[in-house]
Amino acid sequence: MRLDSGSTAWMLVSASMVLVMTPGLAFFYGGMTRAKSVLNMIMMSFGAMGVVGVVYVLWGYSASFGPDVAGIVGNPFEHFGLAGLLPGPGDPNGLAQTLYAGVPALVVVAFQATFAIITVALISGSIADRTKFSTWLVFCAVWVSLCYFPLAHMVWGGGLLSAAGPLGSWFTGVAPIDFAGGTVVHIDAGVAGLVLALIVGRRHGYRRDPMRPHNLPLVMLGAALLWFGWFGFNAGSAAGANGSAGLAWMNTTAATCAAMLGWLLVERIRDGHATSLGAASGVVAGLVAITPAAGALSPAGSLALGAVAGGVCAVAIGLKWRLGFDDSLDVVGVHLVGGLVGTIGIGFLASDTGLLFGHGAGQLAVQTVVALAAMAISGGVTTVIGLALRALMGWRVAADHEAEGVDVVVHGEAAYDFAPAAASGLVASLQARTGAGGPRPEMRRIEEVQA
Amino acid sequence: MKLVTAVIKPHMLADVRAALEAFGVTGMTVTEASGYGRQKGHTEVYRGAEYEIDLVPKVRLEIVLDDADAVDAVDVVVKAAATGRIGDGKVWVTPVDTLVRVRTVERDDRAV
Repeated sequence: MRLDSGSTAWMLVSASMVLVMTPGLAFFYGGMTRAKSVLNMIMMSFGAMGVVGVVYVLWGYSASFGPDVAGIVGNPFEHFGLAGLLPGPGDPNGLAQTLYAGVPALVVVAFQATFAIITVALISGSIADRTKFSTWLVFCAVWVSLCYFPLAHMVWGGGLLSAAGPLGSWFTGVAPIDFAGGTVVHIDAGVAGLVLALIVGRRHGYRRDPMRPHNLPLVMLGAALLWFGWFGFNAGSAAGANGSAGLAWMNTTAATCAAMLGWLLVERIRDGHATSLGAASGVVAGLVAITPAAGALSPAGSLALGAVAGGVCAVAIGLKWRLGFDDSLDVVGVHLVGGLVGTIGIGFLASDTGLLFGHGAGQLAVQTVVALAAMAISGGVTTVIGLALRALMGWRVAADHEAEGVDVVVHGEAAYDFAPAAASGLVASLQARTGAGGPRPEMRRIEEVQA
Repeated sequence: MKLVTAVIKPHMLADVRAALEAFGVTGMTVTEASGYGRQKGHTEVYRGAEYEIDLVPKVRLEIVLDDADAVDAVDVVVKAAATGRIGDGKVWVTPVDTLVRVRTVERDDRAV
């Protein structure tokens, strides 16, 4: 196989763009929390980058795309530490084991690693303001290994939910479609967010204390970064620099613009105001919905899908208030509902197989089964992991620490210098710790130490 | 000596300052404050959830003057801060026992 330098360049750019989505998500979520826990919110995303990045190099890629084991998971040992994927003698570009024509295997790994990272980070929004950082980091490693990698394998790695599985031969000419991750990323993370919100429990003062977003410009900045990075996510999922990438790019924009307008319209009618938070939320809802469908719809179909997704998600975020669970930043309302709209919407709107274009209900049936299967897998696996971690480590910081704010208590930092006069001096803890012999003295101010 | 305290709408501060300076007041202390009176606050909507924002932003002005000027200064502030709508604020006067200018240690009337 020859190196395709154009496609390789595009995939390297795409991988980098998808990676920047996770810091973008950190800002998007961070602005929506209260000022006392914005750093913790951002750190949950950065923590996911650290943990999942390490896991992906060790066994993540292999468990997702390694040799098939029973249609459920890839063999995690085959490419452990990315063994067998590196360039070598006679294969200077590392193309021997690649999944994308003409693109080095390690570039495929890079691109896929960024998907695993953001999927885990998405979940953090449902348990904002109250979670132990240590438990979260352990969850990242366990959940991505037991839930994300198997689902990625089943849908994209030739497993049970792919065209190679039983659904591929259910109807003639119809195969399950998940172009860039409606099931693997968004339904998966959305259900996990719901399960964790239930297991971790509500924030103290939920539905009583004001918990309004503390920094909407940060939310808008995050939404903008997500939108930009999402071009790598969707157009990169074409696996090369080609016409399919161009279609995915155009569909992504069409759906997202329509979704923003759809969300704002619902808000204007229901609440009386078209809000900036609504615009940012509508953008993300549209991006989520078009993710599985970006390669299968026409741009006009994408406009319809996006408009529906924006409107439906704007209504769906009210669900938590009625049902009483504290999905703090609406992972369910945006990612689960948006993922379902996109995944099932393919059955209606796909240019070649959709019901609305007179191609029968085969695609719709296949998409519905895949969506339900993804929900069941994520729901089951996340429940087991969530309950096990509650028993072993506990999910919550202490109630008084939650009231004081996770930032100061867990991370020892404050995001904003609201009261400069409050800081009264350096603590001589370094000298105290390194002083030879004797008990550690009481903490003193630096002037006393120097005197 | 009197302490004149005024709590007003933040966007009226520039007008009130200009009026006081025209009147001859040479200094003041301004603090950002929040509060409410009979007008209460307003509501905000985030993703469909409505919040009552009871405490609204205000600005607090404090000026120390001799007794005669204080009476007039109150009128100056009231005239400049009025928009005629609810939430315009309040002005009040309290007696001051002692006043010292830190730099010169001048006291009382000489420090006004």
